[in-house]
Amino acid sequence: MVTLHHYLVVSAALFALGVIGVMIRRNLIVVLMCLELMLNAVNLSFVAFSHYLGSLEGQVFVLFVMVVAAAEVAVGLAIAVAVFRQKGSIDVNDVNLMKW
Amino acid sequence: METLMFYILSVVTVGSAVFVVLLRRPVYNVLFMILTMIGLAGFFILLRAEFVAMVQLIVYAGAIMVLFLFVIMLLNIDQIRPPVQARDIRWWAGALIAFALFGLILVVIKGIVLPAMETAVVAGQSNTELVAKELFTTYLLPFEIASVLLLAAIIGTVVLIRKQS
Amino acid sequence: MDQGLVIPALLVVVKVLLLLGAVLTFVAYATLLERRVLGFIQVRLGPNRVGPWGLLQPLADGAKLLLKEEVTVSQATKPVYLVAPLIVVVCALVPFGVIPFAKGLGLESILGPMADRFSLNTGVISDVNVGILLIFAISSLGAYGVLLGGWSSNNKYSLLGGVRAGAQMISYELALSLSVLGVLLLAGSLSLVDIVEAQDKVWKWYIFRQPLGFLLFLIAGAAEIGRTPFDLLECENELVAGYQTEYSSMKFGLFYLGEYAHLLFLSALVTTLFLGGWQGPILPPAVWFLGKMFLFAFFFIWVRGTYPRLRYDRVMKFGWKVLLPVGLFNVMVTALVYTIYLQHGG
Repeated sequence: MVTLHHYLVVSAALFALGVIGVMIRRNLIVVLMCLELMLNAVNLSFVAFSHYLGSLEGQVFVLFVMVVAAAEVAVGLAIAVAVFRQKGSIDVNDVNLMKW
Repeated sequence: METLMFYILSVVTVGSAVFVVLLRRPVYNVLFMILTMIGLAGFFILLRAEFVAMVQLIVYAGAIMVLFLFVIMLLNIDQIRPPVQARDIRWWAGALIAFALFGLILVVIKGIVLPAMETAVVAGQSNTELVAKELFTTYLLPFEIASVLLLAAIIGTVVLIRKQS
Repeated sequence: MDQGLVIPALLVVVKVLLLLGAVLTFVAYATLLERRVLGFIQVRLGPNRVGPWGLLQPLADGAKLLLKEEVTVSQATKPVYLVAPLIVVVCALVPFGVIPFAKGLGLESILGPMADRFSLNTGVISDVNVGILLIFAISSLGAYGVLLGGWSSNNKYSLLGGVRAGAQMISYELALSLSVLGVLLLAGSLSLVDIVEAQDKVWKWYIFRQPLGFLLFLIAGAAEIGRTPFDLLECENELVAGYQTEYSSMKFGLFYLGEYAHLLFLSALVTTLFLGGWQGPILPPAVWFLGKMFLFAFFFIWVRGTYPRLRYDRVMKFGWKVLLPVGLFNVMVTALVYTIYLQHGG
């Protein structure tokens, strides 16, 4: 019997992996991908809660998360391309002009 | 049967997520990310959310990941191989923070107690219909705002990408 | 698993295998059909040596492809290079599972109540209630096969072909789904079985109630599967053979198979969505379905024999600036008319 807790543990594992990726990777595109991973982990929790609480709001919210994710990816990748044109690299460490 | 499917999907999803984080070639990262998305869609089907599962496949696996692949292929990022750097303090700190977060979430999850009840599936209505009704009545305004957000993203992307002449 | 489930499970497997065998046979003969029809259009004979009227030609082609030397490019990204043809074939074959090819199989008397419970009696592998979305989902995954095949070959022509294919598929998928929306609106369901059942009379076929949608679907569908005049992904005078340049032997055979499976699938989908699927008088449903399907397969081949290829920028411009607005217009008009109809006439 699969319970809500099973799904939440998988979701937490995915979220933690996303956090690790954002923390340790330096490739801007991979960092964006790990952000997506975190959003997806949250989506899984939403749908799991929606199922086990018998309410549809979780699923509706997932749709909104997807809209935001799509917008975020489009803009994020555009920034990555712009950075690549300027610097010839997409290493996060090279994007430090604003650093004090 | 459902339990078996759950464990297979868990292994596939979390396993490919590990590869997303650890593999060094961006193209492989994207491929395993797609696998993660497909696994998640499988979870959604197990949870009787067919509509969201299909949207997950179409939007995430089908469209968003193609964008990533396009950027990687066109910028030829895959050819740039930065030298492997020693695992510095930031690396360890990042991993530690993530694991601590994972532990914290697990503790919170353990404390969750569910009100005992099963999903009330309304007879004769598909999941798509129910979600659509919710979306176009209760959440109509957020839905419209989401479309404005997408428009803003389109314009922003075009402005960012355009070559300065 | 308890004992009572084993026999139905086996029967479902048998059903899937039967459908797969039928589809693969049809795909093989679609290649022959294409070559013969093109030959006829271009006033030449086409393959007619192997067997009567060249009927054994697909077998000979298969044997030839299997026996050819297998070349793997040394600079290729091997795992991706090997997986790409598989993705294409799987994504081309899986959607056939939700297409209703006949009404019932007449098995109630043999199987009893079991037939009902495991949908063994229906003319469809699985009546998914989000059928059309599943088709779009899987076809959007199919784009990866082409994209990755082109990229992993490490050849500039392949890469260009793959990237073109990817961009084209994404662009035209929007127009394709918009053109279907009108039908979904009228049928009130995403299940293909329901859509076919809503077209039980000839004048109810959606080709008459959604003529603009039908036209859009044909054009966007041809672009989605990369048929001429939209076969920019492998146009031989610019890109050698596009994404499949570096593929040989059976790996090329798989791409080829995927291409013709796509052609047949698109024909089957048009039949299901706009021409009433298996509906038709006198003849058995499966015959009607196959007849309509091959009619469209013939139509696409005819188009290939008639129209020249478009330039790439025009293909993109056409998709975004013509098909998309027209599709939106079609959806809006359909929704408006349908609402008015519901309020007054319905």
